[in-house]
Amino acid sequence: MVDVYNVKALDYGSAGDASATIKRKLKQLGVDSTILRRIAVASYEVELNLIIHSLGGTLTLKMSPTEILLVSDDIGPGIPDIEKALQEGFSTASEEARNLGFGAGMGLPNMKRNADEFSIESASGAGTHIRMRFQLQ
Amino acid sequence: MEDKRYHSVRLDTDKCKACTNCLKRCPTEAIRVRGGRAHIIDERCIDCGECIRVCEFHAKYAQTDPLATINSFKYKIALPAPSLYGQFKRLASASQILEGLLRMGFDDVFEVAAGADIVTRAIRERMRSMSPDEYPVISSACPAITRLIQVRFPELISHIIDVRQPMEVAAMVAKREFCQKKGVPESEVGCFFITPCAAKMTAIRNPIGQEKSAVDGAISMLEIYGLLAGHIKNYPGEIKLSRATSYGVGWANNGGEALAVSPENSMAVDGIENVIRVLEEIENNKLRDLVFFEGAACTGGCVGGPLTFENGYIARNAIRTLMKTADLRHPDSAVKASYLTKYPLQTTQKITPTNSVMKLDEDIAEAMRKMEQLEQIVKSLPGYDCGSCGSPTCRTFAEDIVRGHANNMDCIHILKDQLKIMAQKMVELAKTTRE
Repeated sequence: MVDVYNVKALDYGSAGDASATIKRKLKQLGVDSTILRRIAVASYEVELNLIIHSLGGTLTLKMSPTEILLVSDDIGPGIPDIEKALQEGFSTASEEARNLGFGAGMGLPNMKRNADEFSIESASGAGTHIRMRFQLQ
Repeated sequence: MEDKRYHSVRLDTDKCKACTNCLKRCPTEAIRVRGGRAHIIDERCIDCGECIRVCEFHAKYAQTDPLATINSFKYKIALPAPSLYGQFKRLASASQILEGLLRMGFDDVFEVAAGADIVTRAIRERMRSMSPDEYPVISSACPAITRLIQVRFPELISHIIDVRQPMEVAAMVAKREFCQKKGVPESEVGCFFITPCAAKMTAIRNPIGQEKSAVDGAISMLEIYGLLAGHIKNYPGEIKLSRATSYGVGWANNGGEALAVSPENSMAVDGIENVIRVLEEIENNKLRDLVFFEGAACTGGCVGGPLTFENGYIARNAIRTLMKTADLRHPDSAVKASYLTKYPLQTTQKITPTNSVMKLDEDIAEAMRKMEQLEQIVKSLPGYDCGSCGSPTCRTFAEDIVRGHANNMDCIHILKDQLKIMAQKMVELAKTTRE
């Protein structure tokens, strides 16, 4: 089963809609609550990253009885220094995003911590591709 | 007496008009309208009482014990919820209510507000031994919220504080103190909670966290309001019966518990939809600094309960005024430490998730197959969420079809389209037969 969610840049009004839908679905599927919470945290963070940092992109949810894949693809602007971006507390969030309570620099670290497998590909001027895998059994 | 399927919230089928008011407001999607009346899905119902509030035909009601039940015990003790004090204006003090309850025929009174004082101190002691990764601690005071977490947020169950509710503690202390004073066996004493809501009634018959409730019954505030109003008149003013602190009395209002338990880094949310929104945030780990969370299903807290008489906002102010007349010390100094050791204040049973009713199937592969089917059905539905089919939303309707509880022709919009097509076909048929 594959679901694709379009996430618009700077659309704070819809922030959390995609991850809320994902969470509701996984609850209906009966995904173990401990794993579900990790996916909930990671999907919320990745969705918010698309809104705050990207120029827009998609969130893809792939479900199978053994694993859940969460893939984020955006059209830019890309991350110049991934190492730095993965450090806790490092943030390039705008003033606007910070005023809304975001930009604690925990987004990527939280994704990495909660996923069983985490990979990120990006370059300045290109898009960012994040892939997270969650083992179900 | 304990019944795992017991629910206080009931339906009077004669009064039900099969409208969609309760259907649309149920926070756990536990109601369906089928065959000209509402049905409550027991496994999903959390007894929050939202449907009682919105039903203009009074078809939804809370089953409580009639006042006459107290006569089944030789000695009867009243346990007034703090919210009872908010039902009357211009009280001299809480003692006026307590004196009124005695005049009504109770042999003794014990304030649930005083139980809340003991619980406050117990929770604070308990939280001292907790580590920050156990935060936020979630209040167990509102049984509807505990059940909501069981059904919709099983991952947060471990955050619910494992200290008994004020009502339970009040019953234990009241019974033991009365028996010691009078030298009578506990079996002859009945403790009756004066309740603002259905959820507490359910919590007595079908307890969470312990095998058996210490409370023997729950009497609706609405039932005794008139009687009690008569008995609180001509209050001499010098009778001192109240022992609760202003903090304990404050538990009647949303935020009262949080103020007493954890004035720093706590949050109090009222109204079940608001509570759901904040629990979603907690689930997403967004409230990292939060230490204590108090959620109340009713607007304003217990003063907004469906079985209260006075407007919840007026009651809230009455409580605030009354708080000034109570002992102003914090429960930490007002409650004797011996209470924490003399009584079993901790819950004895683990709270278990009840979310399996939300799953499409116990087998995840089968659940996925049903989910795909569900998505296909959702696409074929108009998306008006009108409720005419008897399910609260188009999505729930699709879920009901997948579960085999509904048929797509129950959707009047699909039916209308089908009829249009059939009518067209008949016209065409008529034309062809004429030639």
